[in-house]
Amino acid sequence: MSPSTPTPGTQPWVPLEERPACCEPRPFIEVEQLSLHYGQTPAFHDVTLSINKGCITALVGPSGCGKTSFLTSLNRLTDLIAGCRLSGRIRLDGLDVLAQHSDVIGLRRRVGMIFQKPNPFPLSIRKNLEFPLREHGLRDRERIAINIETGLRDVGLWDEVKNRLDSPALALSGGQQQRLCMARALVLSPEVLLMDEPCSALDPLSSGVVEDLIVGLRGRYTVLIVTHNLAQARRIADYAAVFWVQNGAGQLIEAGTAKQIFEEPREPLTAAYVSGMRG
Amino acid sequence: MGKARGRHRGGREGLATTFVWSAAVLVTATFCWLLGDILWHGLSHLSWTFLTAPPRNAGREGGIGPILVSTALILGVCLGVAVPLGVGTAVLLAEFTTDASLFGRLTRRSLDVLSGVPSIVFGLFGNVFFCKTLGLGFSILSGGLTLACMVLPILIRSTEEGFRAVPAGYRLSAAALGLSRTTTLFHLLLPAAVPGLLVGLVLGVGRAIAETAALIFTSGYVDRMPESLLDSGRSLSIHIFDLSMNVSGGDTNAYASALVLVVVLLAINRTASWLAEHWLHRRIVTV
Amino acid sequence: MTSSTNNTLSRWPTDRLLLWLLRGAAAIAGAIVLLIVAFLVMEALPVLRHVGVARFFTDPSWHPAEGFYNLTPMLWGTMFAMVGSVLIATPLGILSAVFCHYYAPPAIARPYRRLIELLAGIPSVVYGFWGLVVLVPLIGAIHPPGPSLLAGIVILSIMILPTIALMADASLANVPPQYLRGAAALGLPRWATLRGIVFPAAKSGLFTGVILETGRAVGETMAILMVCGNVVQTPHSLFDPMRTLTANIALEMAYALGDHRAALFVSGLVLVGMIAALVAAADWISHGRIYG
Repeated sequence: MSPSTPTPGTQPWVPLEERPACCEPRPFIEVEQLSLHYGQTPAFHDVTLSINKGCITALVGPSGCGKTSFLTSLNRLTDLIAGCRLSGRIRLDGLDVLAQHSDVIGLRRRVGMIFQKPNPFPLSIRKNLEFPLREHGLRDRERIAINIETGLRDVGLWDEVKNRLDSPALALSGGQQQRLCMARALVLSPEVLLMDEPCSALDPLSSGVVEDLIVGLRGRYTVLIVTHNLAQARRIADYAAVFWVQNGAGQLIEAGTAKQIFEEPREPLTAAYVSGMRG
Repeated sequence: MGKARGRHRGGREGLATTFVWSAAVLVTATFCWLLGDILWHGLSHLSWTFLTAPPRNAGREGGIGPILVSTALILGVCLGVAVPLGVGTAVLLAEFTTDASLFGRLTRRSLDVLSGVPSIVFGLFGNVFFCKTLGLGFSILSGGLTLACMVLPILIRSTEEGFRAVPAGYRLSAAALGLSRTTTLFHLLLPAAVPGLLVGLVLGVGRAIAETAALIFTSGYVDRMPESLLDSGRSLSIHIFDLSMNVSGGDTNAYASALVLVVVLLAINRTASWLAEHWLHRRIVTV
Repeated sequence: MTSSTNNTLSRWPTDRLLLWLLRGAAAIAGAIVLLIVAFLVMEALPVLRHVGVARFFTDPSWHPAEGFYNLTPMLWGTMFAMVGSVLIATPLGILSAVFCHYYAPPAIARPYRRLIELLAGIPSVVYGFWGLVVLVPLIGAIHPPGPSLLAGIVILSIMILPTIALMADASLANVPPQYLRGAAALGLPRWATLRGIVFPAAKSGLFTGVILETGRAVGETMAILMVCGNVVQTPHSLFDPMRTLTANIALEMAYALGDHRAALFVSGLVLVGMIAALVAAADWISHGRIYG
């Protein structure tokens, strides 16, 4: 993690066409014909998508078309739900995620997740970050302290909380809590970050700060972000995938670079959605 | 953060799993041993005659007929006193007092303390107050009144919950229609709060039937059929106690009596759970 | 919660009557505890005046016939039985709740929970009876005489386990699911999640459960009476028969007269005092640390 991350809230907005290529388009996560069923009800059906390394991919679409379900299936959080069935294939950096004996705990270390509603643990700020580090094997106190400071600096919280690391995390404001959750995910040095509408539960100011943070992650992390906010997607995404409900289940109707989806969509539904006429 | 750590972590998780399952197995085994023993020894002596005949030979032979009657009477007295008092208090606390009212807070606090008092202390109190001071002597009445004191906090707590579960909308609509609070209470709120009341009732009954220590010095040991509420009468739990501790050779009938008591209590508790799950829950959800 | 303002009531005379009736009921209910304490004190006063408080702890033994009123052997009995049973029942109870929520497959969890609820419904006299008929001879075979502190501790543990297990069960159910999802997303394994997040989140409920079960252990009479042997002595080993304060009252009340009877009321007050001290200690410990 580089200590020279720009402070949040200061990123200039760069229009789509002028953005540097964040990466050579190298697929990092490959999803093939993925379907998810909650019992008998399908959440999404037959999704095939490639996520490129180091880029920010936005998953957009109206409510209820399976975006969040798709996201949570990538780190197999769907395993926690009774009666959930996943079929198809997910490859992370070549590894088969859905294999019977794959190491789910290792997977979740490489793939971090930020939830819609900030959910820091009912512990102190320090413990929130220290606990996952310890559990994943880091025992050296000094290294832990360094990782905690780096993590908090990366999300711009260090200056705000450095004097009260032992106070309860739940006493922080919503925006601070969400940034703490991001720090908590980042301290484990994941390669992928899954974000489920991370700004929707926050006020506009905090939302802007978190958004800037996300943009700052480009290049170092592969980010998938589910968002309802098309303007936000336009602002930050390199790639986009549009979901829609068809035939009673969520479907992926179009995916491509952000420029292409927002300015030259191929599918009429996509065009209608991004122009605000539908959804 | 390497693979070696992973193995350590796996070891700790495995140990935890072993402990948790061992605890569950230990508890299950103990319970099965206990219940199995009672069932095994008690079932063979259970019969309709046993349930209706009077005890003979200090209880070694015969049945528990009069004892069941005494138990029912004690229960009746207990509920007859506790239900009106309890419902009245619960209604007051839920509907007519604010959180800040001193009377409300004091009453609640004293009920909390009451629920912590050990049953033998209730026995002492019952002996002094009901048997001696009020002159009721060792009687079903004394026993029932003592039990009423014990059961009151449970009843009140549950009934109050029942009233709180009634949505505020009911009261507001009634007030908007100009109905008196009495009418609102009796025709709208009480029927809606009945599930909570029933749960409290059933729990209270369960507590009362299981009680022994509070009854030894208040309702006495007499095992004949009681003729009036002022007669002394022994409850089923006291009968089991007497047979096992004071009567040699009383074990067989004690087993059978214990089985009856356990079955009755289990039925009562299941009813309370079922009521709480289905009625209270449904009321909250559908309105 | 509505408040009774004069405006609402003055129009309906039945409402006023109702309010006074209800107030009467509540006053009676609220006064009971005061009555209990008052009568206990009244009955205990004579011996306290004749004999004084100190002798309840310093007399050579408990032998009312000769005017000796030392309660300490019974106090030790109560304390040992309480501490022993709480030490056994608390981990077993909490682990049972953990089992139901986190380790058992749903088909096993539901019956297991029922089992614990069933255990909670068995009356103390039945536990005592089983202890007397099965446990005591068993212990007697290992180390005579049989009725002992150990029997008391075992029976008491079985009796108070459902209390802590059901409270723990309710507290675990109240842990917000987003903590669990967050922990899973971080790749935290099950026991680590329990230890580091769930237990801290549930600690107020668990603490309440421990207090409740301890109170129950202190107040239990019948089962202890039936399995502990009822010898007035401070137990020096697990196999010594002993007597608790509660059993003492139950055994001697039937024939106690005068100062003896008053002394039993004194021990009743001591019991109430112990429970009050327990609740006060709980309040003090939890203030700020657990609830704050």
